[in-house]
Amino acid sequence: MDKKAEGRWQIADRRLKNQKSFDKIFIILLIGFLSLISIIVLLTGCQRSKVGITVAGSTSVESFAELLAEEYMRLHPDSHVYVQGGGSSAGMMAARTGVANIGMASRSLLSNEEDLHAATIAKDAIVVIVHPTNRVSNLSLDHVSQIFSGKIKNWKEVGGYSHPIVLVTREEGSGTREAFQKFVMKREEISLGSLVQDSNGAIRQVVSGDPNAIGYISLGLVNNKVKALKIAGVEPDPATIENGTYTLVRPFLFVFNGKPEGKAKAFLEFVLSPEAQNLLQKEGLVPVLRRPAQ
Amino acid sequence: MEIKEKGIEKILLLVALSSIAVLGLITLFIFEEGLPLIWKFGLRAFILGERWVPSQGSFGIFPMILSSFWVTLGALSFGIPLGLACTVFLSELIPSSAAVLLRPAIHLLAAIPSVIYGFWGLVVIVPLVRNYLGGPGLSILSGSLILGFMILPTIISISEDSLRALPPYYKQGALALGATHWQTIWRVLIPAARSGIVASIILGMGRAIGETMAMIMILGNAVKMPTSFLDSARTLTTNIGIEMAYASGDHRQALFATGAVLFVIIMILNSLAIFLSRRRTG
Amino acid sequence: MRARGSRYLTQAIAKVLIWIAALSTIGVMVIILFQVLREGLPVLSHHFFLDSPKDMGRAGGILPMIIGTFALTAVAILFAAPLGIGTAIFLREYTAESRISHMIRFGTDCLSGVPSIIFGLFGFVFFVIYLNLGWSILSGGLTLAAMILPTIISTAEEAIKSIPKSYREVSYSLGGTKWQTVTRAILPSALPGIFTGIILSVGRSIGETAAVILTAGSTLLMPTSLFSPVRTLSVHFYILAREGISMEMAYGTGAALILLVLFINTIAHVLINRYIRHRV
Repeated sequence: MDKKAEGRWQIADRRLKNQKSFDKIFIILLIGFLSLISIIVLLTGCQRSKVGITVAGSTSVESFAELLAEEYMRLHPDSHVYVQGGGSSAGMMAARTGVANIGMASRSLLSNEEDLHAATIAKDAIVVIVHPTNRVSNLSLDHVSQIFSGKIKNWKEVGGYSHPIVLVTREEGSGTREAFQKFVMKREEISLGSLVQDSNGAIRQVVSGDPNAIGYISLGLVNNKVKALKIAGVEPDPATIENGTYTLVRPFLFVFNGKPEGKAKAFLEFVLSPEAQNLLQKEGLVPVLRRPAQ
Repeated sequence: MEIKEKGIEKILLLVALSSIAVLGLITLFIFEEGLPLIWKFGLRAFILGERWVPSQGSFGIFPMILSSFWVTLGALSFGIPLGLACTVFLSELIPSSAAVLLRPAIHLLAAIPSVIYGFWGLVVIVPLVRNYLGGPGLSILSGSLILGFMILPTIISISEDSLRALPPYYKQGALALGATHWQTIWRVLIPAARSGIVASIILGMGRAIGETMAMIMILGNAVKMPTSFLDSARTLTTNIGIEMAYASGDHRQALFATGAVLFVIIMILNSLAIFLSRRRTG
Repeated sequence: MRARGSRYLTQAIAKVLIWIAALSTIGVMVIILFQVLREGLPVLSHHFFLDSPKDMGRAGGILPMIIGTFALTAVAILFAAPLGIGTAIFLREYTAESRISHMIRFGTDCLSGVPSIIFGLFGFVFFVIYLNLGWSILSGGLTLAAMILPTIISTAEEAIKSIPKSYREVSYSLGGTKWQTVTRAILPSALPGIFTGIILSVGRSIGETAAVILTAGSTLLMPTSLFSPVRTLSVHFYILAREGISMEMAYGTGAALILLVLFINTIAHVLINRYIRHRV
């Protein structure tokens, strides 16, 4: 063979050798990867039965339920509490069909849900929020309703600077929206032009970023980035909720299919205990248990 | 031995049918959930209805169809010029050594999760639009901008492939005849790569129509008919995404019906893209 | 001549405009990544990676999300890789262009265009409800498998297609059966390309959010079995970012996401280059 062909042969030969070892590496990696997967599959087991309980329903209750679950599992390291969203109505269905041990609702039971057993774990107020720089601090319920239905379109009509009002609401199907509709809008429809966000936290985000926005969230979610409005002069806080002067109040329910028993009952008892209720109160909810007078 | 070989062939056939099977299952289940509602409500009322108020049993998705249309159109009007510019930039205006570095970077950008783009849009673009252009900021304009950026890597990489796949004599011939570089690019190369570029645009359009999470973050999700680019809006995808978690009964079926309509639209676009790209290779 | 002058003027203007457009586009993309990384990198500590989230996600780390992401991707690949590679082998080695192969390709092409929310709806109604798997790693992984199947099929096909005919001819001439040819002559050489396709799919499924939320749930807890619900990194990022629970954690998760995707894509590119150079 002449020199050039010799060289080419050597290069090809080397490439072939590299390729072989390269491919060996790949086969090894592949086998390693597959065995890793099988190990995971084996380790995590394949039983369908859950060792814990599932709590599903309203997203308003969800974040508080998660907090409670975290604490419960800290106190009882062998238990598992899975918290899932899905909405109040979905939670009711989940409880009824057994998909969840406990359903969460942020509204009272409807007439067709009367067969379920509900326990109130806390009370929550719906608070109308605006940007901290908004001049308006107090609105009548009627004004709020007219704003959200689109009849009042500009802040100057209620005492603020002249600027179109930006409405923010929850999505259809949300328990919070239903409560707002029931307490505030009554027969009026929330304007179709309002911005829609799929969680109270997201509403808070939008309102905290837009000086002309108005929305509604749980009392427990109010922070220093938004301002809670007084309704007809009444400031929303635990005192006014307790004595009934602030009326936009809804119950947070744990719903069971029949009497609560077993692990679900244990969790419920924890949630109704003073420690848990304290936790909820710190987060801004109104506890259902009267605190001992000390 | 023969039996084993035949057996393996049969098994592989079954395996290969899996993609059709999955497609079939998807079609089946989506339509099974969604069609009863369209039947009950009426196809015309569903597609042309302007009111989406599930609590009152109104399920018109026309505002969503329009919004999907406008947002996609907006995204394309940002994405196509910028995409073509970057494509030309990559393949013709910079030395190929630099292009070799830049190309993987573009592929990388295509892999960045859309929620990151959405988040950035929420934090940077939305306030800009609100403060300088008016409206709530959460708007079709903001959505189009971010969506445009999201589909750029798709348009760029496929168009660039098409340009690079052109036989060199296209460029050489044009230059030899005395055309300037730009004239070559604009009048010879781009028209020659036309079908690949169009295919990339259709692919980008498909991605734009199907984008959900980032759009939920940026569009504002208002349910009325959009009247301006500064209006908040809700696309077919975000309609499903934002209400799916809570829906039950008729409402849920209506969301599946929305999915069915979206599915049909995408299938039509897809077939168009396949047809065009087959023509390119054929 | 005036005409000649104006041609060059047009060219100059066009080139300047394109430079501006291209540089600003690339610039914006870089800014997006830069901003998230700048805010997020300081948050990354080994606590962040190894702890579970505490206090509704305001503190602690993202370990369950990392595990969730990994588990979902593993399940997806476990199901999609054999199906995808098998399909590619069938299309390339066992059939010629026929009705069947056209149908299969059509199905694959269509599947690759279906938006993720539709996959989410499908996964929800089929895996979560119909097959009663519930919100779980299994449901999420199977849904993701359906999403990445087309990608694996097309990259595997490309890899197998690029193997020279001589490999097959030699194998047959030595008396090998079709299957032996496939497993001994073709697959070993095609593996790098196939592997690359798998890695690219991994990158895509990591960023997937819509389909995952609807099928794997969104719990903060550490998953204990394939049937546990779980939150992936993208889902966690999405929820943190939207609810404003903790911007710090959101940026941190975002940075982790970006780094992960960067890492995976870089590996894929290194592999593609080495593989292409190996093809003699």
